[in-house]
Amino acid sequence: MASRLSAAQRRRIRIRERIIESALFLAATSSVLVTGGIVFVLLYESAAFFEHVPVITFLTDTVWTPLFADPRYGIMPLLCGTLVSTLVALAVAAPLGLTAALYLSEFAGPRVREFIKPTLELLSGVPTVVYGFFALLFVTPILQKIVPGLPGFNMLSAGIVIGIMIIPYVASLSEDAMRAVPQGLRDASYGLGATKLETAVKVVLPAATSGVAAAFVLGISRAVGETMIVAIAAGTQPNLTLDPREPAATITAFIVQVALGDLPHGSLPYQSIFAAGLMLFLLTLAFNIFSFWLRARYREVY
Amino acid sequence: MDAQVKFSLRDAPHEMIERAVKVRAENVNVFYGAKQALKDVNVGIPERGVMAFIGPSGCGKTTFLRCINRMNDTIAIAKVTGRIVIDGENINDRKVDVVELRSRIGMVFQKPNPFPKSIFENVAYGPRIHGLATSKSALEEIVVSSLKRAGLFDEVKERLHDAGTGLSGGQQQRLCIARAIAVEPEIILMDEPCSALDPIATARIEELMEELAKIYTIVIVTHSMQQAARVSQRTAFFHLGNLVEDGPTDVIFNNPKDKRTQDYITGRFG
Ligand SMILES: Nc1ncnc2c1ncn2[C@@H]1O[C@H](COP(=O)(O)OP(=O)(O)OP(=O)(O)O)[C@@H](O)[C@H]1O
Ligand SMILES: [Mg+2]
Repeated sequence: MASRLSAAQRRRIRIRERIIESALFLAATSSVLVTGGIVFVLLYESAAFFEHVPVITFLTDTVWTPLFADPRYGIMPLLCGTLVSTLVALAVAAPLGLTAALYLSEFAGPRVREFIKPTLELLSGVPTVVYGFFALLFVTPILQKIVPGLPGFNMLSAGIVIGIMIIPYVASLSEDAMRAVPQGLRDASYGLGATKLETAVKVVLPAATSGVAAAFVLGISRAVGETMIVAIAAGTQPNLTLDPREPAATITAFIVQVALGDLPHGSLPYQSIFAAGLMLFLLTLAFNIFSFWLRARYREVY
Repeated sequence: MDAQVKFSLRDAPHEMIERAVKVRAENVNVFYGAKQALKDVNVGIPERGVMAFIGPSGCGKTTFLRCINRMNDTIAIAKVTGRIVIDGENINDRKVDVVELRSRIGMVFQKPNPFPKSIFENVAYGPRIHGLATSKSALEEIVVSSLKRAGLFDEVKERLHDAGTGLSGGQQQRLCIARAIAVEPEIILMDEPCSALDPIATARIEELMEELAKIYTIVIVTHSMQQAARVSQRTAFFHLGNLVEDGPTDVIFNNPKDKRTQDYITGRFG
């Protein structure tokens, strides 16, 4: 077949394709590069930090007082704060978010869903400062009536409110995963005489496992990275404890508290921010890898 | 009450055999919103044997099949009127427990739809939810015997705990049949069960239907006239939501009363 384009025309088209392809490639790689840059800065500053503080000390020392005259750099208290508030948040968001998702996907009529889902997603538009004060001024006083001797700053209240904050993420993403389950599987289940609830719990939910797990991990990542709520409601005192009733600082709360003061560049307290940031990064990375593994392990084949 | 009705069966064409009506549709109308998909359908389906429903695409075959186990309930806009009588009981009655009804009626779909669970769990699903097995070994027995009756056991006995979705299309469809018969239904509804399968897999399913028809009442929707002729003793022809005629398969194929049936059989439309 004879070509309808001349050789020159064809070359021009080829060059244009090349240019567009390179532009797209640059756009795609720029986000990777930025991420790489951030990781590099984290590692670079942390490396300087770890020249003065051995990694072992960082990981095992039980006191975090970088701003004291006699500074100690044990990440454990901050890690505990993050862990406890995240666990409390998850204990709130996992059951509520999952139930909401199951209801929206399997039981709610289209009208109800069209109303509830946007409302739920609106919740994620509330600034976290507002959530923080909601925790401090509303939730904590209520909790103090239930839990005797609860201090004004505590991780329980902060965790509960973080949980409320991440419910929309967990619910919305889980619902997407459940709705993606093919109707044929529900039909098969109904056809066998299963009830709506049995179908939802035994067929739809397991079939959506990987999506639901991804929703949870995203929620956890949000909780781990949450700053304002914990800084306001849980206090900024590093505290090595696993008791959610106690006040404690999280990694993020420390970073925001210290980064706002003016620390001289290159000083050890300044570098400790990066070390803490690296810790946070590794934590979320671990969660993401975990979700990746979950997804590969329970990949749906419909 | 349904009387005993005489059905002529293909394997005994010269005599009329007494056979009870298992399912009788009386003045069944189905609407999807304002659109009417079935118009005043009256038909009887004999107990134990295979009855085929044929007709051009969109004529309401699937809709009719889904009336028999009230699957149209799951479609919000679908409305069914008239009576569907199974063993003398009108299943469209409000008193009827749909879940119990569906446990008595198995359904096999056009597209194989195994659950994303293991082969074992697929078959065990129905018996589990209905509490049919009192022990683990009883459940295993149900699973194995269902797989055997579906002609799949020998192919999968080494990998019962592998994913059911990892099987071939024909194997998946037999798994779906095994899943359906594991709850010991009385009626099995099959909606174009072979349309996604190659001739060899199709032949296996047809063999299986012949075997199952000794115990169960099988209702099959098919686009393949040859299949209807091969497997069924009775055939009904639908056209544009109307049940045009039904009768012994050989009569429908060789000596249809209605011009539309004749045109369809001879391939003039559809
Ligand atoms: N869920 C639904 N909502 C609205 N209309 C529907 C629905 N299901 C079926 N219909 C309509 O009802 C009519 C009958 O459909 P049905 O699926 O019963 O046909 P069918 O005979 O099974 O066709 P096919 O051979 O293509 O499977 C069609 O016109 C179809 O568009
Ligand atoms: Mg159909």
